[in-house]
Amino acid sequence: MKYLKRYEDGERMTHWVVAITFVLAGLSGLAFFHPSLFFFSHLFGGGPWTRILHPFIGLLMFLAFVLMAVHHWRDNVMKPGDSEWRKKAPDLLLGRHPQMPPAGKFNAGQKVLFWVLLVCMVVLLATGVALWRPWIAPLLPVDLLRVSVLLHAVGAAVLVLMIIGHIYMGIWTKGSMRGMTRGNVPEGWARLHHPAWHREMTRGK
Amino acid sequence: MGSMQSLDVVARSATTTPTPQVRTAIPQVAKLIDESKCIGCKACQVACMNWNDLRDEIGEHVGVYDNPADLTPTSWTVMRFFEVDPKEGSLEWLIRKDGCMHCEDPGCLKACPSPGAIVKYANGIVDFNSEHCIGCGYCIKGCPFDVPRISAKDNKAYKCTLCSDRVGVGLEPACVKTCPTGAIGFGTKDDMVAYGNKRAGELKERGFANAGLYNPEGVGGTHVMYVLKHADRPELEDLPKNPSISPLVSLWKGFAKPLALAGMVGAVLVGFFHYMKVGPHEEQSEEEKV
Repeated sequence: MKYLKRYEDGERMTHWVVAITFVLAGLSGLAFFHPSLFFFSHLFGGGPWTRILHPFIGLLMFLAFVLMAVHHWRDNVMKPGDSEWRKKAPDLLLGRHPQMPPAGKFNAGQKVLFWVLLVCMVVLLATGVALWRPWIAPLLPVDLLRVSVLLHAVGAAVLVLMIIGHIYMGIWTKGSMRGMTRGNVPEGWARLHHPAWHREMTRGK
Repeated sequence: MGSMQSLDVVARSATTTPTPQVRTAIPQVAKLIDESKCIGCKACQVACMNWNDLRDEIGEHVGVYDNPADLTPTSWTVMRFFEVDPKEGSLEWLIRKDGCMHCEDPGCLKACPSPGAIVKYANGIVDFNSEHCIGCGYCIKGCPFDVPRISAKDNKAYKCTLCSDRVGVGLEPACVKTCPTGAIGFGTKDDMVAYGNKRAGELKERGFANAGLYNPEGVGGTHVMYVLKHADRPELEDLPKNPSISPLVSLWKGFAKPLALAGMVGAVLVGFFHYMKVGPHEEQSEEEKV
């Protein structure tokens, strides 16, 4: 089988740093979000340790995401055809095999994911830094902190929902996972899911 | 403060099942602070640090009587002095003993994410079990009165316990016991409301037309109440006029919390059943295409 290079080593490692820190920041954050999930704090050595570690993990996640965004943002700019792709996406999900406009390196759904994640990351960083005890929060007015706790929770919930979708797409679309674990994908996979990218990669070969 | 009253806990932070509350024959208590009788001697501050074995840092003199200038992790009550002119040209010196108000609907408890770090007893006292405190500062966001203080030494939140340890064995709070003018009263909530209204009536007769009891409804009433000479303008003494838990906190810890959790669990379930129904997204074999 012929394979096409999809993600360089550095891109993959950065992605997995984001993924691991997302899981850790997510579990430690959910511990504080709902009483039924407070038991997650045991994974981090108890309540106070969870409170201490969460912001550092979150900061690492943000920095790794920025690195990833610098690599990928150009491929995530919306192009003509993307709005039609988004319109047909429900049919695709329902297994009706619609004729999709040819996707580039990333399809329109992945592009939406990218930009929503970017917004979430910025919101989580700004509000998270504001809430950071014992260093930052004591310097700020309580009204700002109240806005921050709410926005932090909303940002986190949206982020988690998007990532659940992201992970599911990796499971649903057979062959995708290999791109992020090995760095290459079968040519047939590329032709089917990202025809425009496939053309670009095989031009003149 | 402690788990002495572990059988009469009516509310517990970050807990979704009923708390142990078998002891029901417990009257609601309240502390009544009559500012018209207060002489600003700070004996209550001394009694508080004495009973609770607290010693604050020796601070800086800030040019007014307030000392320490604010509540701290080791100063759970402070006298605040206000020079105000409620009417044009009428100087008045108002003195308010500041500290936890022990809300019937405590915002700190609502915001706290650590199970059992904040409890409310059947008698109405809101207490911090500081060994369960994780130092996140959520109680500060929940409090409409700016009361909890987090120690820089141990990252735990502290505030007035209403001497829950003394009240639990039938004693009045230390500040009440020590007050030389009887400005601080303690008893059942009903008695204190009645007495406070009587005192407000007496003050009205003496020319304080707007005297009244400060027992704000927005937080369900409080277990620390004031008799104010100018109850129509509590903001003269840095008291919020209509305190309530911030709607942002209510939304965050009320509606948003179960909704987001349901959303996350729902998304995983939708994914699972989608896969089982539609199957994977892959190249179709020749038979499937037919």
